[in-house]
Amino acid sequence: MTTPGADENEAWPLWEVFVRANRGLSHVHVGSLHAPDADLAIRNARDVYTRRNEGVSIWVVPAEAITTSDPDARDAFFESPAGKNYRHARYYDKAEGVKHL
Amino acid sequence: MNEDPHGEVAVDEVELSEELAGAGTSVASDDVAEYALRLGDDALILAQQLGWWISRAPELEEDVALGNIGLDLLGHARSLLHYAGTASGRTEDDLAYWRDEREFRCAWLFEQPNGDFAHTIARQLLTSIYLDALYSRLVHSTDPTLAAIAAKAVKEVAYHVDHAEQWMLRLAHGTDESRRRITVALADVWPYLDELFRDDALTERLGDAVVAPSALRAPVTDAVAAILAACDLQAPAVPFAAGGGREGRHSSYLGYHLAELQVLARQHPGASW
Repeated sequence: MTTPGADENEAWPLWEVFVRANRGLSHVHVGSLHAPDADLAIRNARDVYTRRNEGVSIWVVPAEAITTSDPDARDAFFESPAGKNYRHARYYDKAEGVKHL
Repeated sequence: MNEDPHGEVAVDEVELSEELAGAGTSVASDDVAEYALRLGDDALILAQQLGWWISRAPELEEDVALGNIGLDLLGHARSLLHYAGTASGRTEDDLAYWRDEREFRCAWLFEQPNGDFAHTIARQLLTSIYLDALYSRLVHSTDPTLAAIAAKAVKEVAYHVDHAEQWMLRLAHGTDESRRRITVALADVWPYLDELFRDDALTERLGDAVVAPSALRAPVTDAVAAILAACDLQAPAVPFAAGGGREGRHSSYLGYHLAELQVLARQHPGASW
């Protein structure tokens, strides 16, 4: 067995934390933390992110399992919808009785 | 309540609950006060020790975990000392800051020093399992205030047991070094377990108002044995320590804990911050 910590640069892996608030509908990303494994990541998340009653459910995901869009490709990725107002359902009369639009 | 289930979510809408469990007009008898002092001092001294870890644990997340556990225990100590003080007209602060070593009633296990991380976890294992067994029975106390304090504490100590168990497993099955350290730590704290299970005249007089310490021996040793088995560790074969904390005879460590705990209040009496 090797000894973790023998190399001072070695650290616990990073986890992304998602918390579902009491009356919310979905888990929301709240931040990240370090933990040696998934079980302790859940417990650390409970201690770090729900100590003021913020949630009733926690997800943790290894940060390395998340694929992100490329910040340098932002223009090609996100500017295209500009000027395409027809994509917004703004030209229709709202039918009676439809809520939450 | 908003009718719309998709409506806005207010996360800053927090209702603060009572910080002192069972704080009412009830006044403890001298015997109940003495018992509450034992439990309160156990919690206070352990809380004081766990606070030391903040900024010193292996990672920031563990600083917060041990800090949270310490604050849970400080909450229990406040409720218990407040109740103990009602018998003699003293406040929780009077009892925490203005008693000397011989007047404290904590058991030796709670005074044992933090040591390395393994020692703290080994001590957490024994103290948490003991407190969990104690409070889960004290909720049936014939004394309503003790029952109310126990009802609040029992959920918190159940998590402390889980935290200690998770770390026991990881230290025992981690590396050669972590296993060596947890084995040493377990042998160092083990002698102080027996003191927790000793009945005396006070607990016998109080009967159903309290939990007889001897009734905790089997559930605590069984729960510890189950975790040690999962860790592939043996119960250390070491003699039990003399103990005597319930009568005010303490190990040499308590004086140092009290010096740190009390110095500010004693240098600046009545100060607030």
